[in-house]
Amino acid sequence: MKINNVILQFTAKFVFFIIFFFAVHIFFAGHYTPGGGFVGGLVTASAIVLLIIAFDLNTVQKLLPINYIYVVAVGLILALGTAAFSMFVGEPFFTHFFDYFYLPLFGKTSLHTAALFDLGVYLVVVGVTMTIIQTIGEDE
Amino acid sequence: MNNFLLLPILIPFFFGMILLFGQKKLGYQRITTLLGLMISIICAFALMLNVNQNGPQIVTFGNWPVPFGITMVSDMVSALLVLTTLVLAFFIVWYGFGSIGKERERFFYYPGVMFIVTGVNGAFTTGDIFNLFVFFEVLLMASYLLIVLGGEKAQLRESIKYILINVISSALFVITVAYLYSVVGTLNMADISVKIAEINQPGIVTVIAVLFLMVFGMKAAIFPLYFWLPSAYAAPPIPVLALFGALLTKVGVYAIMRTYTLFFTHDLAYTHELLLILSILTIVAGSIGALAHFDVKQIIIYNIVIAVGVILFGVAQMNEAALEGAVFYLIHDMIIKAALFMLIGIIIYVTGTTNLRKMGGLMGNYPALGWFYLIAALGLAGVPPLSGFIGKLLIVQGGFQAGNVWTSIFILASSLVVLLSVIRIFIYAFWGEQGQLSSTMNKSTYNLLFFPTIGLVLVSILYGVGTEIIQPFMNEASKVLSDPSIYSDAVLKGGK
Repeated sequence: MKINNVILQFTAKFVFFIIFFFAVHIFFAGHYTPGGGFVGGLVTASAIVLLIIAFDLNTVQKLLPINYIYVVAVGLILALGTAAFSMFVGEPFFTHFFDYFYLPLFGKTSLHTAALFDLGVYLVVVGVTMTIIQTIGEDE
Repeated sequence: MNNFLLLPILIPFFFGMILLFGQKKLGYQRITTLLGLMISIICAFALMLNVNQNGPQIVTFGNWPVPFGITMVSDMVSALLVLTTLVLAFFIVWYGFGSIGKERERFFYYPGVMFIVTGVNGAFTTGDIFNLFVFFEVLLMASYLLIVLGGEKAQLRESIKYILINVISSALFVITVAYLYSVVGTLNMADISVKIAEINQPGIVTVIAVLFLMVFGMKAAIFPLYFWLPSAYAAPPIPVLALFGALLTKVGVYAIMRTYTLFFTHDLAYTHELLLILSILTIVAGSIGALAHFDVKQIIIYNIVIAVGVILFGVAQMNEAALEGAVFYLIHDMIIKAALFMLIGIIIYVTGTTNLRKMGGLMGNYPALGWFYLIAALGLAGVPPLSGFIGKLLIVQGGFQAGNVWTSIFILASSLVVLLSVIRIFIYAFWGEQGQLSSTMNKSTYNLLFFPTIGLVLVSILYGVGTEIIQPFMNEASKVLSDPSIYSDAVLKGGK
């Protein structure tokens, strides 16, 4: 018997974006206040999991045809690259750089290389979480 | 500040990442892995020469001032171990081409190897006790992958045990680090060394020392915490077994060596006496296992346990001769264990069985294999001029200097048991009537397995014959171990 989950599917389409943008917010909040790549990644993964629950694994894989292992690899390379960048300019590994810029709309903004590292963490967390969930889900 | 010492850690890490792409392309996977290890070996060798000339190399992450940031310290001990690790990984990966199987190669075997090397090298290099835990986790994560990869029944059974043991010991590790932090208020290993010396190691620090011995002893397989090792190590295929047997237990041994020479040096009568007793019991337990089994894998696996006991006996003496012997023996044991596992891997491949009773008469068809096995076996037992001799000699010399006459004689006697256990394989497998032979064996795979093995046996012979050349490096290493102030001064005063 097929369950009627119209309401869940309809809501999930909206709630996915709400959760996703909240994840982006948490990600950028991360440097000075609680948040960051790890939590942002988990929240994003939970948004995708909501889609998987509302629809099913195959539909979501068609919707987001991503090989999550590549996401992990790209995240790792980004994180390592940010950390290793300082080696090439003669500073110890993991030294970070930041400065203040005046951007249109945003005004005075601090741009930080740590955010790139955090983006790497974000990708790794999304990739690992989704790989685990997909692998377990497929076995049914 | 010198970022160069990070390269032997970062290069395998980077190559592990790019190996995550192109999962199914075997040629790409194999060549990239060997290339990555080759570059790392060159860097590690250059690092070793640099450390020899300029003393310990320091870098503190993120440009933080020294006791606060995470410091990486490459002294002679860690530089030697890092180089050995990479050389062994190179030969084991090469050997794996012929025996690991295409299925595993397509399923992230090579990234697993690269990440395990990253973790092992990181653990050897780090100068921060909590960071040591992090690198332990890195190598354990990769080892979980390698032990279960392939999904055979025995592997699944043993991997559950293996993960459980390691999760428990990791939890204990964090708790112990927290205890230590609450007493001395720092995580930097050099700083801990100075702080413990200042408060003159009260009873609580001795308790923490014993807890550390438990945590690292679980990984290093000392008595009575070795119970998980023989069955867990026997489950994965030979290249993974060689990697685990040569590297993983040695990380635990290194951690004991480091903490017991750098931190807990003020109550030798308790901590090092305990270490001495446990090391003797470890040798006894290992010897019984090595003589009792008729399974070639188990015999060599129990020899790991014996060697751990011998090295820790050297650490327990806490004088320069014994520590030099311990470093000598540690590196000898890493090389020779990898070589022996590779050799018995070939024997198993040729005969199709691990049971000694079914083997026999291989000398007729495979004389070269027989002679190389004999050389490796004699090297393991420490017959001069092969590689095990000088390490054991120095350990026993240190034992006599420290006044532990009877236990030193016991160490010498244990060599006979080691010799007996490995010669038994030689006698059963190579002499006598023609035993069982595998029907699926082909000559080109045999050669693919044989050449890296010979290479590693030759490395071990060079290590023994070239003692004269290696000795200054070892001497440097033992100085750092026997005088903790060299290490802490280099980090706290020179680490700018």
